[in-house]
Amino acid sequence: MGHTTKSNWELIKNGMFSENTIFKMAISLCPSIAVTNSLKNGFFMGVSVIFVQVMVNLTVSLIRNFINPKIRIPIFMMVIAGYVSIIDMSMAAWARPVYKQIGLYIQLIVAFASIFARAEVFAVKNKLIPSIADGLGMGIGFFLAMVVISFFRELLGKGALWGIPIVQGNPLLIMVLPAGGFFAVGLLMGFFNWLDARVAAKKAA
Amino acid sequence: MDFNKLFQLIIAASLINNFVFTRFLGLCIFFGVSKKMETAVGMSITFTAVMVVSAALSWVVFQYIMVPLDITFLKIIVFIGIIAALVQSADTIMKKVSPSLYYKLGIYLALITTNCIILAVPLINAGESYTFIESMAFGLGSGLGFALALVIMASIREKLEVADIPAPFKGMPISFIVAGLIALAFTGFSGLITLYELRAISRWL
Repeated sequence: MGHTTKSNWELIKNGMFSENTIFKMAISLCPSIAVTNSLKNGFFMGVSVIFVQVMVNLTVSLIRNFINPKIRIPIFMMVIAGYVSIIDMSMAAWARPVYKQIGLYIQLIVAFASIFARAEVFAVKNKLIPSIADGLGMGIGFFLAMVVISFFRELLGKGALWGIPIVQGNPLLIMVLPAGGFFAVGLLMGFFNWLDARVAAKKAA
Repeated sequence: MDFNKLFQLIIAASLINNFVFTRFLGLCIFFGVSKKMETAVGMSITFTAVMVVSAALSWVVFQYIMVPLDITFLKIIVFIGIIAALVQSADTIMKKVSPSLYYKLGIYLALITTNCIILAVPLINAGESYTFIESMAFGLGSGLGFALALVIMASIREKLEVADIPAPFKGMPISFIVAGLIALAFTGFSGLITLYELRAISRWL
């Protein structure tokens, strides 16, 4: 069993930056475009994912000694589906307007490669506290990506943030269209790659 | 049976509401396997088949088991279970009946269970309360749309391999930008069905 040797803070940072779900690993991409046409939707999606990721890691870590390795995949799926159902129903009850727009994608958190992957490679092998830290880091990393993408898309596409108009004049409509989502993620990814290369070059010099 | 509606459903699901370009589902697979034409074609065939069968199967379970028992709130858990079981049995049957086909398409089957595009079909079917035939038509249309997207993307990316791209944009970022351009082209389909309906009506008049 590969126990982690990293401290909790390192685990959180790892999920936020060096293994960022969207920009570095490039998995769980569907919502990164689907729900990021407004900051509010991106924010709610991010919060839901933090909740599901932390709770799944916590649960899987708690029951790790009882899981038969042969049937671990169905067990993980059931754990994830359970928590997704909880967030799905709570959102349908308390955040109706947002849920109407992003409900389908909330339900589809169940098929997120990132959540499943953390249960498979981390939580099932590690103790409770590191697992929670890992889940928190991964969740926050995803949340940050959502917020950054939706920030740019809403600001450029509607001239507004959180539904409040900020910039006057003609907005860049394409940014809130489907195509704009792809452009925004592609450009941001390229930007972060460029930043990484710069930082690495500075360290080497 | 209303063939007109079925035709519209297939066209709408494959072109107008294309899963990849307007609903942003299955993006991980879309970017993951679109590097080579051969894998893209294999993936498309497997996906379309699984989508039609899982749409039919989950419709039966939803209408005849979950609705009478009033447990529709469990739909996420039940649908993911159905798909996992279906994929596992397809895997086993294919290995036994047609080893050559299994050798070609088996690896794609394993990737399907945790894919949002497959889960989205039964969820949307349940939400829109389609009939049995309509559900299957929707599954078929979605599968064809996904196949179209994959094949287009794969043919472009095979050319991209030899293109001179700025270093930070190599790999994922440029694929996103390309996908954005294709998505832009796909927005052109958005008036298709209304046009079709108008022509049908004008013929009646």
